[in-house]
Amino acid sequence: MIDPQTGEFRVLAPGQTFKSVTAKIADIVLTPKLSLGWLAFLSIAGSVAMLVLVAVTWLFLKGVGIWAITQPVAWGFAIINFVWWIGIGHAGTLISAILLLFKQGWRNSINRFAEAMTIFAVVCAGMFPLIHVGRPWLAYWLFPYPNTMNVWPQFRSPLLWDVFAVSTYATISIVFWYMGMIPDFGTLRDRATSKFAQYFYGLLSVGWRGSVRHWMRYETASLLLAGLATPLVLSVHTVISFDFAVAVIPGWHTTIFPPYFVAGAIYSGFAMVLTLAIPLRHVFHLEGLVTERHIDNMGKVMLGTGLIVAYGYGMEVFMAWYSASHWEFFMMWNRMFGPMGWSYWVLIFCNIAFPLTTLWVRKLRTNIAFMFLISLIVNTGMWFERFVIVVTSLYRDFLPSSWGTYRATKWDYATYVGTLGLFTTLFLLFVRFLPMIPMNEIKMMLPAAKITPKAETAAGAGD
Amino acid sequence: MIAEFDTPSDLVRAAQAAYKDGWRRMDCYTPYPVEEAAEAIGFHKNKVPLVTVVGGVMGLCAMFSLETWIATLAYPLNIGGRPTYSWPAFIVPAYEWTILFAGLSACFGMLALNGLPSLYHPLFNAPNFRGGATDDKFFLCLEALDPKFDVAETRAYLESFGPTSVVEVEY
Repeated sequence: MIDPQTGEFRVLAPGQTFKSVTAKIADIVLTPKLSLGWLAFLSIAGSVAMLVLVAVTWLFLKGVGIWAITQPVAWGFAIINFVWWIGIGHAGTLISAILLLFKQGWRNSINRFAEAMTIFAVVCAGMFPLIHVGRPWLAYWLFPYPNTMNVWPQFRSPLLWDVFAVSTYATISIVFWYMGMIPDFGTLRDRATSKFAQYFYGLLSVGWRGSVRHWMRYETASLLLAGLATPLVLSVHTVISFDFAVAVIPGWHTTIFPPYFVAGAIYSGFAMVLTLAIPLRHVFHLEGLVTERHIDNMGKVMLGTGLIVAYGYGMEVFMAWYSASHWEFFMMWNRMFGPMGWSYWVLIFCNIAFPLTTLWVRKLRTNIAFMFLISLIVNTGMWFERFVIVVTSLYRDFLPSSWGTYRATKWDYATYVGTLGLFTTLFLLFVRFLPMIPMNEIKMMLPAAKITPKAETAAGAGD
Repeated sequence: MIAEFDTPSDLVRAAQAAYKDGWRRMDCYTPYPVEEAAEAIGFHKNKVPLVTVVGGVMGLCAMFSLETWIATLAYPLNIGGRPTYSWPAFIVPAYEWTILFAGLSACFGMLALNGLPSLYHPLFNAPNFRGGATDDKFFLCLEALDPKFDVAETRAYLESFGPTSVVEVEY
């Protein structure tokens, strides 16, 4: 739909002013009331998050033996969850950075909470390798620092590249997210009525006063950060895929991994944005800001990245045959029809068969309930993708005498479910205390923000 | 002396006129970036890209030389006689640090160039500034440091643009 006032595609619902946008978004944060629903959700999510605390405490006391990891499957849930969570985070960066560079104005409504999602997902993801190292209190050995042992890290290992990729990713995501919120903190500071909120948001806003000189530097910095975050986000999942691709195990040692990991990450990340956005717009009545067009566009991105993922799966099967390698061929057969073959078909159904047939239909893409369902299905499917890659490649490798199986323990499940609770808890705190939609970027898109050459009134003497 | 406007177009017109009339110590305050207003007051270029490039190059050099030093001098590992200076493997961490340093420089460089964080600014003394500058009002500020400044004349000058109000800021 073309907006008659601006001549551009309309993304936001009509009839909103600068004031109404501020009021709508700021009041979610500034209201002194605590809604019962929010408290209920927070207490449920918080209790689930306690699971991770218990599981990790027990892990620190007993060691990684409480998990199912052993020979031959030495990488289990921890790595699956790490890759899955990082992948979810990637959509946030994609929305905030890549779509900004492509001047996709519709992203302005969803970028802030997508970035928040990134950070909380990276928090959950980053935990797993650290608790997986066995002696987590020595995890700082991963960093190159002068020490009395006189040893240094091995810079030729993809696992060490991961340390730098993920730590950079976490830092840049937080910086980008915080910088984006500075002007909105200014708005909250000026709008807050309680002394505490004024101090709190005042400190966070670092004295922002909206000078256009500041704004121009701010805009340049945002664009530059977007330009930097784009190659960063692509490199992070590429490096993670190197953890697998550099090894010689059949099913891991393949060149399709980097692009297919990145596409899969974006696929699951968009699914997670939908999982979060659909209840949020309903609960906080933000249908005017996060419209059906947003949901529709996200469906299209999922369709596109889903097709790349489908190509990746197809290529894996093709290469298993084309390579003429006995081991590759057996790996694929075992993955499909072996004792854990069910997980492969779950993945095919959740990632390919169901979403990639239905997402073509516009009616379904704008059906909110259906999109919510599909987002849950795709996230399940992407979790199984990592499960299939990690477990079914490892449990039957070259020598039949070393074959084994993998059966996750209750502590594996407790840690995984616990991080879901941790993620939800952090997200609930975020929507209550921080501006979840960037006010200044929404205002930029309102028809009233268009500079008209000359209005009939208010044109003064110096004109 | 600040004048308050209801629409960005009014602000841009007033800013253009004031700049044409020789005002230089001036600034506009808006709730979202108004590029036209920055153009109007003659603010075209900023140094954020430069700071970012310098940061990125520093990150690149720091990590690449650290890796080279560790791999060849500090802790050389002989793995099947392979060369110790295996630069292709060093690219990935060096690349990540380029982005890390450039990104941090972009953000903190932007804040530093803006003179932020600052705990105090006289503009916040204006009674109507906090009510609208970050919400839905647009302000043009002509500063007392400008040689053309005169309390009475500047007020009359700003009023000629038809603003909602003109306020003198304690300073």
